[in-house]
Amino acid sequence: MSTVAGNNPLSARATPPGAPDGLRLRVEQASYAYAATERSAPKFTLGPVSLEARERELVAILGPNASGKSTLLKLLAGLLKPLSGRVEVDGEEVSELELRTRAQRIALVAQESELLFPLRVWEYVLQGRYPYGKRLRFESEADCLLAGNALAQVGADELRDRWMDQLSGGEKQRVILARALAQQPSLLLLDEPTQHLDIGGKVELLRRLRKLADEHRYTVVVVTHELNLAAEFSDRIALMHKGKCLRMGTPAEVYERDVLQQVFEAPLEVEIRNSGRPRVMLGGNR
Amino acid sequence: MRPLTPAKILSICAALAAVLFVEVVVSLQIGAYHMGARDIVVTLYQGALGHWDAMPGEFKSVIFGLRLPRIALGILVGAALSTAGAGFQALLRNPLADPYVLGVSSGAALGTIISLIVTPHAPGAMQGAAFVGAFATVAVVYFLGRRGGQLDSATLLLAGIVAASFLSAVIMFLMTTISGRDLRGMAFWLMGDLQSDPRIDLRWLYFLLIVAIGCIFTTSSDLNLMLTGEQEARHLGVNVNRVKLVVYICASLLTGLAVSVSGAIGYVGLLVPHVMRMLFGTDYRLLIPTSAIGGAIAIVLADTLARTVVAPSELPVGAMTALAGAPVFIYLMRRRMR
Repeated sequence: MSTVAGNNPLSARATPPGAPDGLRLRVEQASYAYAATERSAPKFTLGPVSLEARERELVAILGPNASGKSTLLKLLAGLLKPLSGRVEVDGEEVSELELRTRAQRIALVAQESELLFPLRVWEYVLQGRYPYGKRLRFESEADCLLAGNALAQVGADELRDRWMDQLSGGEKQRVILARALAQQPSLLLLDEPTQHLDIGGKVELLRRLRKLADEHRYTVVVVTHELNLAAEFSDRIALMHKGKCLRMGTPAEVYERDVLQQVFEAPLEVEIRNSGRPRVMLGGNR
Repeated sequence: MRPLTPAKILSICAALAAVLFVEVVVSLQIGAYHMGARDIVVTLYQGALGHWDAMPGEFKSVIFGLRLPRIALGILVGAALSTAGAGFQALLRNPLADPYVLGVSSGAALGTIISLIVTPHAPGAMQGAAFVGAFATVAVVYFLGRRGGQLDSATLLLAGIVAASFLSAVIMFLMTTISGRDLRGMAFWLMGDLQSDPRIDLRWLYFLLIVAIGCIFTTSSDLNLMLTGEQEARHLGVNVNRVKLVVYICASLLTGLAVSVSGAIGYVGLLVPHVMRMLFGTDYRLLIPTSAIGGAIAIVLADTLARTVVAPSELPVGAMTALAGAPVFIYLMRRRMR
């Protein structure tokens, strides 16, 4: 039998009473190195990295290519076990959680989702209920309700009977997000979700993630290259550079001209807007 | 949303089983000794109840001695190959995967021939050797089909084709060591033949068939998620390594079972799961049982045609499935390339 969390099944599960101040995610000096061979040193090492995220927070992980963003996200998702340090979600070590329990707490929206055979949108979203079932699991009415709610939450209700391979990039991204919401996670991780979207789609997605965090108590961690969108919508930013977390703080704290120029190796200028949030522009020396 | 229910699976399987039953009755009618459909149904009913004395002797010998064993073998082979095909398609994330195309059938055939040469009289040796041959071939093809740590569709198919031709060459080489009298039978068997060998105990084979199909069926909701990729399945809580191991062992066992008794019958494992997907959707909880029954229907049909189109002579059933299967394979491949 499926579980329907709390009074509002649309929202993330509540933070357990033991966790201080709604603390959802705690990364403490976590490091990782891809397998070193006898003849060569590890190709890439990460960390040690520390960060925290509470419920209703949206954290963006920024940095140039090969700076360790995706590796950090995999550590958060429990797909990699840290070599040292800890990664905890709701007070429990992520890499030690049983697979289904982990999928009930953490949902990861990957960069690509390529289907082998065509599926209807509602079938795809119902897959998000898998962690709650037993072997062979046949979906209950509660599962269908939750999947329908997840679709409504991302504004994709009208897509439910469409085929996945006939959706546009933006529609597909919303449906993939709906499947993640159907998992009822407390932590929502997204790996470069704006990659294949036009600017309208990017803004809409970030706005939606902000709303999910604010109204439904999700903790959202998003890896992105979009400096301005991250500055606009996130509460905190982790700036990665060469496998280290160079800065961690609010957008205004992290976005310093010299730091951004050093990390991205580009002539970037930063201005603080009336809202108090920074904006990044291309500087004069092109 | 219309989620899948056990009742839906049972009703579709019952409908397919009814089609299979009608087909079996029609197939039982065909042959030199003529029998009416009513006689056949009554005889089958009496046989099922164990009333052997109540039926005429010639009915008993024609149906239970001659025609039914061949059909029973066809049902077993069809169910085994189709389920193995559906399993390999999910396991290898390749819609063109099939025991025959991947060279797994050739591996099983090589195992069978080696066991025939080395231990011709050991009970179960053929099946065991066919399983080992199938298992080893999947391992090699899987290993060769990877590029940059990921399974690559085109590389995998090429690896399968190369493995199949290499193993066929080894089989040809071994066949030159066999005496001329056995050679024709062996060549016929290699093309896929349902002449049942009286030494084979079908009950054991059916037991293994049901166990293997049952094991794959228990992983079917996991396989649904693996169609979106191993990494995503892992995120959703699937124990990917366990599922892969179960499907890998069971699909190899099914291929081994089928090939050891009937030779390498091609394309059934490829086409039947695709037809079932077109009819009933991609959900593996429905696809596995419908593929099993659909495979049985396909092989019994192919065998009935193989016995009738050039009567009184007959074609190997593998030739019939290849005649129908090769064009459909090309159609599917082109549709995927577009």
